Amino acid sequence: MRRHCMNVKLGIALTIALLLVPSVVLAGTAKATIKIATQSPLSGEMSAVGEGMKLGTQLAIEQLKGPVEKLGFKVELVPFDDQGKPDVGVANARNMITDKEILAVIGHYNSGVAIPSSEVYKEASLVEVSPANTNPLITDRNLPNVNRVCGRDDVQGAVGAEFAKSLKIKSAYVIHDKTTYGQSVAEFFRDNAKKLGIEILGFEGTEERSNFDPILTPAKAKNPDLIYFGGIYSQAAPLFKQAREKGIKARFLGPDGLDSSDLTKIAGKTVVGMNYTTVAGPVTVYPKAKEFAKAYKEKFKKDPEPFGAQSYDSTAIALKAIEAAIKDAGGKLPSREAVAAAVRKVKHNGLTGNIEFDGKGDPKKALYFVMQVVSEDPAKWNDNKEVKRLEIAAPPLKK
Amino acid sequence: MDTSILIAIFPQVLLDGIVLGFMYALIALGYTMVYGVLEFINFAHSEIFVLGAFVGVEILLALKFWGILDAFSPFLVLGILLLAGMAASGLLAVTVERVAYRPLRAAPRLIPLISAIGVSFSLQDIIRLCESLWNNAFNLVYPTMDQLNFRFQLTETIDVSVKSLVVIAAALLMLWALHLIVNRTKVGKAIRAVAEDQATASLMGINVNRMISLTFLIGGAMGGAAGVLFGVQYSLVNPYTGFIPGIKAFTAAVLGGIGNIPGAMVGGLVLGLLEAFAASYLSLLTGGAFGAEYKDIFAFSILILILIFRPKGLLGEVVRERA
Amino acid sequence: MTWLTALLNRPAPATGLVVAMIGLSSFAVAYSPRSLIAFLLFQASILLLYFAQIPRWLKRGLAFVSLGILMPILGTINGYYLEVATQVGIFVALALGLNIVVGLAGLLDLGYVAFYAVGAYTWAIFGSPQAGKFISASVAHFPLAGGWFFVFLILGVIVAAIFGILLGLPVLRLRGDYLAIVTLGFGEVIRVLANNLDKPINFTNGPQGITPISRPPLFFQPLLSALGVPASPTVLYPLYLYALVLLIVGVVILVNRRLEDSHIGRAWEAIREDEVAAQAMGVPLVRMKLLAFACGASFAGVMGVIFSAKQVFINPESFTFLESIGVLSMVILGGMGSIPGAILGATVVTVLNLQVLKGMSLWLNSLRNAGVTILGYNLANLPTQLEPAKYERMIFGIILVLMMIYRPQGILPARRRSRELGGSK
Repeated sequence: MRRHCMNVKLGIALTIALLLVPSVVLAGTAKATIKIATQSPLSGEMSAVGEGMKLGTQLAIEQLKGPVEKLGFKVELVPFDDQGKPDVGVANARNMITDKEILAVIGHYNSGVAIPSSEVYKEASLVEVSPANTNPLITDRNLPNVNRVCGRDDVQGAVGAEFAKSLKIKSAYVIHDKTTYGQSVAEFFRDNAKKLGIEILGFEGTEERSNFDPILTPAKAKNPDLIYFGGIYSQAAPLFKQAREKGIKARFLGPDGLDSSDLTKIAGKTVVGMNYTTVAGPVTVYPKAKEFAKAYKEKFKKDPEPFGAQSYDSTAIALKAIEAAIKDAGGKLPSREAVAAAVRKVKHNGLTGNIEFDGKGDPKKALYFVMQVVSEDPAKWNDNKEVKRLEIAAPPLKK
Repeated sequence: MDTSILIAIFPQVLLDGIVLGFMYALIALGYTMVYGVLEFINFAHSEIFVLGAFVGVEILLALKFWGILDAFSPFLVLGILLLAGMAASGLLAVTVERVAYRPLRAAPRLIPLISAIGVSFSLQDIIRLCESLWNNAFNLVYPTMDQLNFRFQLTETIDVSVKSLVVIAAALLMLWALHLIVNRTKVGKAIRAVAEDQATASLMGINVNRMISLTFLIGGAMGGAAGVLFGVQYSLVNPYTGFIPGIKAFTAAVLGGIGNIPGAMVGGLVLGLLEAFAASYLSLLTGGAFGAEYKDIFAFSILILILIFRPKGLLGEVVRERA
Repeated sequence: MTWLTALLNRPAPATGLVVAMIGLSSFAVAYSPRSLIAFLLFQASILLLYFAQIPRWLKRGLAFVSLGILMPILGTINGYYLEVATQVGIFVALALGLNIVVGLAGLLDLGYVAFYAVGAYTWAIFGSPQAGKFISASVAHFPLAGGWFFVFLILGVIVAAIFGILLGLPVLRLRGDYLAIVTLGFGEVIRVLANNLDKPINFTNGPQGITPISRPPLFFQPLLSALGVPASPTVLYPLYLYALVLLIVGVVILVNRRLEDSHIGRAWEAIREDEVAAQAMGVPLVRMKLLAFACGASFAGVMGVIFSAKQVFINPESFTFLESIGVLSMVILGGMGSIPGAILGATVVTVLNLQVLKGMSLWLNSLRNAGVTILGYNLANLPTQLEPAKYERMIFGIILVLMMIYRPQGILPARRRSRELGGSK
């Protein structure tokens, strides 16, 4: 009996202690609040760009919340860290949809996280405006609540292949990171390159983060003219670095996942001179973005990362839609469906150009760039040279 | 199947395998020494290994920041890194032993094992915490030291980078030093005595606790050295990179015969070679159906096979005599 | 503390206290749905129910009311709580399964999550368009209709049990520590397989995961509409899954109780204590060990099926070593070999992860937004990499180490265990 009492005491004590450790009541705010959430990788290897997306959104909210505040609502930013992992993104999404004040999500960075998370958003009709997701499946599912302001990988892969052809590349070795994004853009590159007569010597996927020897040894033996890596800079950089260190002489090419100052931070000299395609030109390319870059630098003490301006535009669109929806709802908190519908109707003249959505959420016209890395100094990432620029409409849904 | 390619890459894969193997050997030493003395798998050894890598990268980054990285010969820098890494890791190992294992010396086998797992996990996040506070990032990159990357051609198809040679040389040096310590010094003799029979050793006047701490120190130092070499070779470290190499190194230790120091070396080399060959040849042989991704499963399969068919390992176990 | 214990030990005041707590905390949650403390109090009051010395029928009745009626109501007010409750249920079943393997039979299984993954993928592959990628449409149409879900619940049990036996066979003769490493390897093998079986034949779709996964049909929806209860699938599904989880947890607890007291359970405990002696006493080692693995695995398998239906999306990242250690720490925290211990451990650890840590992160974030300073250090400068929610590993690790050093028998130890391991209190 004694021991049972002790256990009971200890049990209760430990239980209560463990359960009541932190918390402050997050209970209700006085004034009606509208929240805009962001989901991007805020920790881990992709945090540089993920953080940039969050900060771009933050700046936009600060600068553009005026009209909504005048209608009687406070606007707040709720950042979430999806860690670049699909299950974390989905878990955050589930958490998000229970907070009735969140009316829009700006995110994600990784298409592989965006696709399953958007299935959760769909349940609650929560609108997602993506600054950076390029996989065609994002909008090809024809969901009413998913939109993007950037281009798509099926076009991007083709642009990459055309560019390779223009460099007189005869053979290529394609590597990808096995994610939804990387594998898909690598496949588009490969298919288009084949059509253009480039010989594809290999198509390998790897999740390896440090030791690329097993992948690189066969690649080197086949001696391709070009190595195309479909994936993100955090993996591409060590891969390219080790490739050069192994003595591989091929040119490097990759998609917008490589677009980040961390690429040169990690790989240094080895990637200078290489090319990449992107759907987000550097800030210097957009005339209107100068103000944005200045304000960003002043507030956050660093240069904007890629997709920062796109996040700004996405937020601007969301705010415009919320404003319209509030007015439609007669000054009351609008429903998420209303906001989603309003987003589709927005015509926005933003930092990155004129943005207007087609029936499935793609921008009617999207920009694609081919860039060249000019310097090994990460601070000079925005000085990368633009080699080519194309404006292409999104392909229609295949019947 | 292009046999000319298979032959062409053979020497390079061999070299990769040897470098990898030496690294596994160094880590395996930590596991095997502790097991020999305590009959206990030190799960936290993988984090002790990673700490060495982090200490190395922090020093390199500091040197780079002060702009003096290029002023020193890379061999000197490497020497400093190794010493620092070994000291840090050794210290961590001794601390972990004092805090988490010593109180559990008398407990049934399962208990310290679970404690070790706990330590391993906590350390992963503690390292992450420290790095986040210090650097606001926990995926760190080793700055390049150009001279180390210089490659020279041995023959038409084989070229070797100075880096690989340095890693191999450093590993050999450590292993030889360890051999000297364990077999030629009094301290080494004491450790071997404790490994054979703790009770009798203490009767002979050996301070068992101190010897155990020393074992952890040496094993940890080896792990730390391996960490620095890992970072130099592969450039990228994060707090979670220790886990898989840790398990593989333990497999290597078992492969060679647990408790057996030369066994750990042999096991490490064999495992490294097998893994390198599996990784590079698998996709070529199967036409892309199975690729390098399966190299980790390889190590586990080997472990299971050894434990079923030859549980004493290649060179035989060296564990306590049971009364 | 003693007054609390004294109170709980007498039926009348105990009942009063428990009912009061449950009632008050429910009101608190209903009143301020996003308050974390209110919900934690609610959970604490349910746990208090366990310790109260009140007549069993009353205890069961109150448990039914709080878990079966109040919780769903609170869940509709704030959907996240239902999510937490469902996850707690899933982990309770997992902890009970691992409890059989580690706690009763003494086999340290570090790859337990593999069975969970097997169950989840079994339903995921056939309950989504995935199977259509390797089975031609002429044979069958995928995804299977939602009704098949119930068949797959049974199938999940069977498949997981088979895998349990597959794991058990090679490790039969291994010592404790080797056993641990091999099971760890097994867990990793399953995860790597899930990650890479997307070529040559696409079984699992690799790291991209499988989505969307069908859910069991809401067969009672027409009934509800007839009764005039308007409810959309968005509201009904979480409640449905919660009820399902609760039901299965109930079955699992029942099975566990029976096993524990049966000759099988005693055979397991004998094996745990001393294999050689057990064998000498006539315990069929091979059969019992395999049975332990199979039983433990089957609980994980059935929960895996529910998990994939609940999530609608699974990928190999949900089944890492971290998850295995998480379940292990639940069993250790609660008490190896003890059923109430496993339940308590699962609840505490899950709530810690899902609510407490996340709550701390959100709170820290709101402080940061408000520009609060601690001792002159502006929290806005705190690196974004630093967020309590991500330090799960550290929490698990510290739990394990501290428990092993200070209370290896767990919070609610099985009576026999505490006698050997520590509490001679």
